[in-house]
This record gives sequence, structure tokens and C-alpha cells, in this order.
Amino acid sequence: MKALLIGESRKGKTLGSTYELAEFAKRMEAQSAMFIVDAEEDLPKYEGKLYLASAADCGELNPPVHAAMAVEAADKENADIVILSHSPYGWDLAPLIARALGAGQVSEVVEYQEGAFITPALNGKMRLFYKPSTARVVVTVQSGAFAPAAPPSGAPTVEKIAAPAAGDGVYEFVEFEEPEETGVALGKAKVVVSAGRGVGKVENIELVKKLAEALDGELGASRPVVDAGWVENGRQVGTSGKTVAPKLYVACGISGAAQHIAGMKGSEFIVAINTDPEAPITEVAHVTAQVDLKQLIPALLEKLKG
Amino acid sequence: MKILVCVKQVPDLETRFKINEAGDWFDEADVAFRMNEYDEFAVEEAVALKGKSGADSDLTVLSIGPDRVKETIKKALAMGADRGVHIQDGEAHRKGPAQIAAMIAAFARDKEFELVFMGLQSQDRGSAQVGPLVALDLGFNLLTTVVGFEYDAGQVTVRRELEGGLKAQVKTKAPVVITCQLGLNKPRYPTLPNIMKAKKKELLTIPAEELGAGDALTNIVKAAPPERKGAGVALTGDVADVADKLISMIREKTGLV
Ligand SMILES: Cc1cc2nc3c(=O)[nH]c(=O)nc-3n(C[C@H](O)[C@H](O)[C@H](O)COP(=O)(O)OP(=O)(O)OC[C@H]3O[C@@H](n4cnc5c(N)ncnc54)[C@H](O)[C@@H]3O)c2cc1C
Repeated sequence: MKALLIGESRKGKTLGSTYELAEFAKRMEAQSAMFIVDAEEDLPKYEGKLYLASAADCGELNPPVHAAMAVEAADKENADIVILSHSPYGWDLAPLIARALGAGQVSEVVEYQEGAFITPALNGKMRLFYKPSTARVVVTVQSGAFAPAAPPSGAPTVEKIAAPAAGDGVYEFVEFEEPEETGVALGKAKVVVSAGRGVGKVENIELVKKLAEALDGELGASRPVVDAGWVENGRQVGTSGKTVAPKLYVACGISGAAQHIAGMKGSEFIVAINTDPEAPITEVAHVTAQVDLKQLIPALLEKLKG
Repeated sequence: MKILVCVKQVPDLETRFKINEAGDWFDEADVAFRMNEYDEFAVEEAVALKGKSGADSDLTVLSIGPDRVKETIKKALAMGADRGVHIQDGEAHRKGPAQIAAMIAAFARDKEFELVFMGLQSQDRGSAQVGPLVALDLGFNLLTTVVGFEYDAGQVTVRRELEGGLKAQVKTKAPVVITCQLGLNKPRYPTLPNIMKAKKKELLTIPAEELGAGDALTNIVKAAPPERKGAGVALTGDVADVADKLISMIREKTGLV
């Protein structure tokens, strides 16, 4: 089996997720080559063939152009499988590559077993086993599912690949926007107590905040709570927010979507307060209080005072 | 200007799911359904744009699935869409993203839509493929993971999300498929008068067979429960007891309280 890995770089730096693709190929026992649009000074640490397109020439973000070059590399390699990250970049490119190769695509793969690609469904409450009915297949792999055992090493054999002409006005990158600096020191806190959509309404954020204060910690939140404006931006925990690893993490009314768990699973002791005994947060929580947070938090506050 | 918004009906994710008899998805008995969260942002953005672009704009909402998905179409109509299209398909859950996209494109082709809004992904399957594949099928431009949207005479400017809170501003030209990410806007709640008005709006049903989905490129060979690897403790019952136990566990494990 031959695999082509589609690496990712941002602002001239290879992203760590690129190395997870190599790890996945290894677990599939596939021989791999890599394609990446990157700065020529920062090549991925990879032992093997690297198809390299210069980010300076073709733009760091330009899905149709990047996909066309990836397809060229896949054809040169005779790749049976093309592997990308299940990330915004991967979401843009994978379907374009799959279509050009006449391949089926399986998204968010977390495991490969006996010819089937396993993906989570229903917010982690089910696993689906997919098999492609096409000769070639494109997969995106969940970030964190294939963390390499050892730090990446090696120097690639580079073959440069030239960008095709971009269609006029098809995809015009204007500029990056950095996340705003909020001064919330969530990453350094010993205790983080986070509010999720399960709090029900904005007034109940106050309860979670009081629990954070009683435990001498910081208030955190899941994304919907931040999107709704109930909690300020700098307090979001997860892949599009902050990564935290406190001594104690308390998730109040948070289901534990993969993007949230990725931001807090390194915490030493994890407490979940959740009425759903099958919520995926229970998989990473050391203890889950399966009761209504609106009743439990006042009881906790009372006892912590005394 | 003609706008299309595609919505999916998904199960309530707080359900305790059981695997169906076929062994490839969940058993629908006693399961509540709702509009895919990502699609709520798509509907809101389309309705807001329609509001800004005047009387000659027309907003169609489309959903594929069995008869129950009409409820989701009606919600979008109550939020402000003008007409509904139900692609009636009792086997939609067995279709892959390429087949779903093919049906949407078969409906939308030659109808002169300028903008197609959809969710970035569905909450139940999460392939994030349907939007991009519809764009390919229709030959439209594509912008995904959108958290900010502006339209001006055929020119589309968006903020799209990348990783770790980084965003990028990108431009393209209509016709375009936009896939909407959480937080793009604040989806409105349908008001009672609008729910009543929605009942009178056109809701066209098209049998799936008329649109042609083509062959599946991937198949689900098995559905299984999650591997329960976690060995966490569950505390249930009386709230005061749970609180006591929880505090002593925190004390024992972290020494913090
Ligand atoms: C590209 C991308 C990036 C993302 N980045 C992030 C991110 O950085 N951070 C993030 O959090 N999410 C992120 N998400 C969103 C993520 O997928 C989920 O939608 C989100 O985490 C869900 O938040 P939640 O758990 O608060 O809400 P829900 O999933 O709705 O869960 C609410 C939970 O509360 C429980 N509950 C309800 N009532 C009560 C009660 N009375 N007492 C106790 N429990 C109760 C329910 O059982 C449920 O488990 C991202 C998504 C995408 C696509």
C-alpha cells in the first residue's frame, strides 16, 4: 500500500499535526511520501520523499491550487491512499483531491482495523466502520488520535512541484487575523472550572464562576457559551481556544466534544458534572457527578464554605 | 438574487442511542430530532442577507430525509426562508456525502442560485464533505469554516477559521457555496406569528429517485458502541451525598480543598 501524506504549514512553520499523518501511515503499514506547501527553510522532519511547493509562490491558503498539486503528487506516487488532517485545511482540500482521484473519502478517522476506517459519530456515542468502494481512498484523521511515539526526525528527499495558474478571483487570501490577547491566564491556572451549554442560561454562569472562586481557580468555558457571549473570549477551552492542563479541571454541563477534550485532557484530575451518563466527557473524567449542576453547585458551595 | 440554504435534521445528542437492527446506524424509536446546529447559523446568515438585499431576493430551504425532516424545513421557514423543498428519502442515512451532494446539485443546477449556505458539517456524522462536493458538482466557488460573511454585488468576503483561534480573511466571487461554522451569527428563534406564517409557505416534495444520487463511494459496514476505556467513577443519587463524596475525592486526589 502506498500513501501520500498532505502536510500542513502555517506562516512558514510545519504544523505538528503533519507528524500524526506519518504515524497513521505507519500503523496502516503503508509506504509513504509527503506533499506540503511550506517555506523552503522549514522542511518537515521526515525520512522519505517530499513533494514541496513553495508557499511564497502559490500562497499559503489556496485550496484549488494546493489540491491540484497534491493530485499531481498522488499520481506520481501511484498512491492508494491520501491522508490529511481533519482540520480546516483538510476540510478544504480532501474533497477536491478525492473528486480528482475518483476516490471515496472517510472523514475523522481514529482507527484502522481489518480494512475498515473507524470514525466517531453522534458526538462520540457511536463508532462507524467505513470501507471505500473505490480503488483509491482519501481520509482525514482526527487530530491527536495518532500522536507519534517519538519526536519526529529525518531529512526528506525533496522534489519541487510548481504551482498551476490560479483561477481569477476564485480564492483571494487577504490577511491573517490573530486571536485577540485578553490577558486571561487560563493556561497557568491550577484549577479551571468550565461552563458548558448545560448551564441552560446566562444567569447560571454566576454559579460556575462562584465555584471557580471557591476552588481558587479560573473560569473556563466551552465554545457555545463563548459564542453566545455568556463568557469572554479568552476563556474558551479547546482546539479553537486555549489548551489547559491544571491540577483540577471541572467541566460543568459540557458534553465533551473532541474539540473540547483536545484542550483539557492533559489535566491531572478531571471532574464532570453532567446529567447524561453517556456523555463523552465521562470517558476522560476521573469522576462524573450525574446530577443537575443547578442543584449540585449550590450544595458544593455550601460545603466548601463550611 | 436567489439563495439556497441546505439543512439537515439530526438526533438530539443527549439521547442514549441503541444500534438499529441493520447494525449500521441508531434505532430511531423514541429519539427526538432537531435542526443541525451548524445549519442554524446557515439559515440565519441567509435570512439576514435576504433582509438586506431587498424584495427581489428569494430564499429556498432544502432538506433530504424521511417525512420527519419537514419539521426542520418548517423551522427554517419560520426563521424567514421563503419556500421549502423536501427531498423525500427514507434511505438518506445509508447515503454517503457524495450522494447527498449529488442530489442537492441535481436540484440546484440551472436554478441560478448566487449563494448556497450550509453548515460546515453535521453533528451526527460530521464528514464536512457535502458543501465542498456541492460546489464541485455545480462548478461554484467554495469558502468553508466561515465565521464572518459580507456580500456586495457578487463579491463575497469572509473571515474563515483556521486552527488555534487564528482566522483569515478571504475573498471570492459568486456563485459560491459557503459552509458555516459555529458562532457566525446569533440564530434567531422563530416567533409565534412567524411560525403561523410559515405554515402557509410553499413546501415542495421531490422523491429522491427523481434526482439520482449515483453510487456510494464509501459504505458503512458496521456501527458499534464507543470503546469504553475510561475507568472513571460515577456519582449518582442524593445531591448532598454526591457533593460530600465529590469534595472528599477532590481533596484526596489533588490536596486542593
Ligand atoms: C473547528 C471546530 C472548532 C471547535 N473548537 C471548540 C473549542 O475550542 N472548544 C469547545 O468547547 N468546542 C469547540 N467546538 C465545538 C464542539 O464541537 C461542541 O459543539 C462544543 O464543545 C459543545 O459544547 P458543550 O459541551 O458546552 O455543549 P453540548 O454539547 O450541548 O453539551 C451540553 C452538556 O450539558 C449536559 N447538561 C444539560 N443540562 C444539564 C444540567 N442541568 N446539569 C448537568 N449537565 C447538563 C448535557 O448532558 C450535555 O452533555 C469546535 C467545533 C469545530 C467544528
